[in-house]
Amino acid sequence: MKKIIDSIKSLAKNMPPTTIMEVCGGHTNVIVQYGIRNLLPENIRLVSGPGCPVCVTSQHDIDCVIELALNKVKIAAYGDVMRVPGTRMTLDDARGKGAIIKEIYSVTEVLEKDYVFFAIGFETTTPMTAYALSKGMSVYSSHKIMIPAMKALLSGDLKIDGFITPGHVSAILGSREWKLLNVPQVISGFKPEQVLTSIEKILQLISRRKKSVVNNYEEVVRPEGNRKAKKMMMEQLKLVDSDWRGIGNIPLSGLEVRKPKQNAKKQYNEILKKVNTKEFIGCRCGDVLKGLLEPEDCPLYKEACTPATPKGACMVSAEGACSITYKYGKI
Amino acid sequence: MCLAIPGKVVSIKNELAVVDFKGIRKKVNIALVDIQKGDWVLVHVGFAIEKVDEIIAKQTYKLLEGII
Repeated sequence: MKKIIDSIKSLAKNMPPTTIMEVCGGHTNVIVQYGIRNLLPENIRLVSGPGCPVCVTSQHDIDCVIELALNKVKIAAYGDVMRVPGTRMTLDDARGKGAIIKEIYSVTEVLEKDYVFFAIGFETTTPMTAYALSKGMSVYSSHKIMIPAMKALLSGDLKIDGFITPGHVSAILGSREWKLLNVPQVISGFKPEQVLTSIEKILQLISRRKKSVVNNYEEVVRPEGNRKAKKMMMEQLKLVDSDWRGIGNIPLSGLEVRKPKQNAKKQYNEILKKVNTKEFIGCRCGDVLKGLLEPEDCPLYKEACTPATPKGACMVSAEGACSITYKYGKI
Repeated sequence: MCLAIPGKVVSIKNELAVVDFKGIRKKVNIALVDIQKGDWVLVHVGFAIEKVDEIIAKQTYKLLEGII
């Protein structure tokens, strides 16, 4: 371990202040849990980006699914979204009011049953939704893809010098497609040593002024990704503009169900028309997700907003930067 | 959310495989991958998402052990 850190220090020696962003909640967890930020020289800053799908799911989508559930539509959802606050309540609260909402680990638990699947997640989680669609299931899709969001961040207020690129999104997407971003990137695994060697490799790219992609997770990630999964995704879903919580609308960054008969947004249009979303005042999840604000600098952090009483999605999800910082402290 | 865990394929029947995760065996959907019995796979929300290259994985971990 010391060898990698020494190498990072020597690479960083003559560098101007450099910002590296990780865009996967799994990486954020490893970085905070193992105190990796503290091991780095002062001029190398790691910031967390929008790597938690629960955190970027729009409040409107949460409100819509709650509305469906309150109108007797049976919902199946991953456990992660149950406690995310909507305008009036959470999915958990709706369940308390008699709505049928089944918390699932895998969509295979509800195949061929009359549930609407509330599908969230990035490329890693999307092929399973495509599979469920191929089996005839109805879906409310809040799926998002990473590259357009990272592009939007690169043209935003924060200067990002490189990315630690998500390992399991890349398992599906492949290593080649990231070249589009034209910025130094290293696809990383999830062991603390792998994250450290990824940081070392990003600094090597930056010092050589190379805007390329290094695959530091070769045991899983192939250049072309998982072709079968990608094909199934594109057969069942199509690219649309999408709202990212706290960030706003990003063109062609979301995926919607192709077949109207299986697209809950179309099937239940009459119910969904009535949904009125009011964003919370004071919650600064958006700035946290863009890497502009550290969790501890949000006025609500640890005061009004705790894991027991979350105000924003970054505190709800176990992969949110606020929740992770709350759990491990700033180390 | 994108958490995925590696396991070894013990048996396959149609779209389902039994995968061994360090002694715990679970049924996993393999519709998204082309695999055989004995392969290592990465599993996410009940589906195998990719084959794990055992040789590269061993090299990586050996390499990492060497530098700790």
